[in-house]
Amino acid sequence: MSVVADVAFWVLGVLAVLAGAAVFVVDSMARATYALAVSFVAVGLQVLFLQQTYVGVVVILMMVMEMAIMAVYMVMFMGMNPALMPMSMVHDKRLALAAAIGTFLVLAAGVLLVDWPARRGSPPPDATRALGEALMGHKMLVMTVISPVMVATIVAGVVLASARTRYDRYGDDLRGAPDDPQPGGVGR
Amino acid sequence: MTLEATLLIAAAIFAVGLYGAISQQVVVMVMMGLELMINAVILAGAGFWWFLAPDPTGQVLLMLVIAAMTLEMAMGFAVATLLHRRSETDMTDMATELKE
Repeated sequence: MSVVADVAFWVLGVLAVLAGAAVFVVDSMARATYALAVSFVAVGLQVLFLQQTYVGVVVILMMVMEMAIMAVYMVMFMGMNPALMPMSMVHDKRLALAAAIGTFLVLAAGVLLVDWPARRGSPPPDATRALGEALMGHKMLVMTVISPVMVATIVAGVVLASARTRYDRYGDDLRGAPDDPQPGGVGR
Repeated sequence: MTLEATLLIAAAIFAVGLYGAISQQVVVMVMMGLELMINAVILAGAGFWWFLAPDPTGQVLLMLVIAAMTLEMAMGFAVATLLHRRSETDMTDMATELKE
């Protein structure tokens, strides 16, 4: 790895940490969202530096989309003007700061004190192809387990977010006339 | 670019995310903290893959982590919507039904 790549990797790392910290320092939710997007893109680029092309691109694309969804939520819950206005909504700030610093120190001590082994094997010439072959081959069980979990998440998300379901209209036994605020149909 | 450098950066991002997840009151901001923590796990996993064992298993594990992040995001937004609809709030301190 060249010196330029080393420097770029460190710059992206520092940018990711600072942008992540800015999420909880800046005085509006809109700026926090942008800062988080910058942090995620920096980490995605770092993953690209580590030769994981597919994972890096997925992280970047997913996070950009997620920030767009968060912008929609800002409009839904806070309105655009409050989202752009200064705010500070925190609790247990000292406890949180102590927990974060303590966690970093423990993790950093582990990183620096552990005698990491040498690399076992060599990376495949095309990591994306190797990942695809693994997912379609001997690692297919992973994706077949994730799939129903994702379907369950979709169902649970819709149930939680629905304003009025058939149980609200017809009751728990789903019988009887619907309890609608405005009767529908054509009056027959 | 070393494994230690990668893991130190990941540890710093994880700690920042932990601070946000504990300290923030707005549900969406708590989710941002959680996502920073998962993002740190992704970076650490990518570092382990490249520097220790670059075989497809590590990449599959990262795909699993990304899927977990997606599920967290989807359920978090659904819960935030429900909370806002029921309690007209997006603050964690106002959601005390389970505590009561």
